[in-house]
Amino acid sequence: MSLLADAFTVFCVVAGIGFFAAGTAGLLRFPDTGSRLHALTKADHLGLGLIVLGLLPRAEALGGAFRLLAIWGLVLLASAATGPLLARIAQRRDPPA
Amino acid sequence: MSSLLGVAAFAVLLTLLLGLVRVLRGPQAADRIAAAQLLGTTGIAALLLWGAAVGSATHTDLALTLAVLAPFATIAMVRKEPGE
Repeated sequence: MSLLADAFTVFCVVAGIGFFAAGTAGLLRFPDTGSRLHALTKADHLGLGLIVLGLLPRAEALGGAFRLLAIWGLVLLASAATGPLLARIAQRRDPPA
Repeated sequence: MSSLLGVAAFAVLLTLLLGLVRVLRGPQAADRIAAAQLLGTTGIAALLLWGAAVGSATHTDLALTLAVLAPFATIAMVRKEPGE
């Protein structure tokens, strides 16, 4: 059983890192701020979510698992709140043609 | 298994370094703050992986604190947008 949990952890963590790499690559390569924000939120939400998902079976007590989910929830809440704010500033600086 | 998580934490830190490039190069303030927010999340992920590798719960608490504090930089920047 623990082998399955370890395999699940490895798979999720590697997938999470893949999303982080994709998000960072998008952040570097995309032409304008709007698309960079688009790439960034993908890395934030999915990358961290997969890593948290992968670490859930390793969390020792129920409290540990709740803390991991709380972290992911906070990051989702934070970037949902700040994403539009940043987009509005980027919009004001160079309005789409 | 724990060394694998350590390697994963290191990989996440590498993406963090790449994100720094955008902080330096970003033409607009919004790019820099977006990259800073990504660095916060990357830091959280690295902390979680490192904590899992070492097997101590304090890293999770640290990551939770970072998750709470990270958005304030963005909010502070948005409210006092330079050149406004």
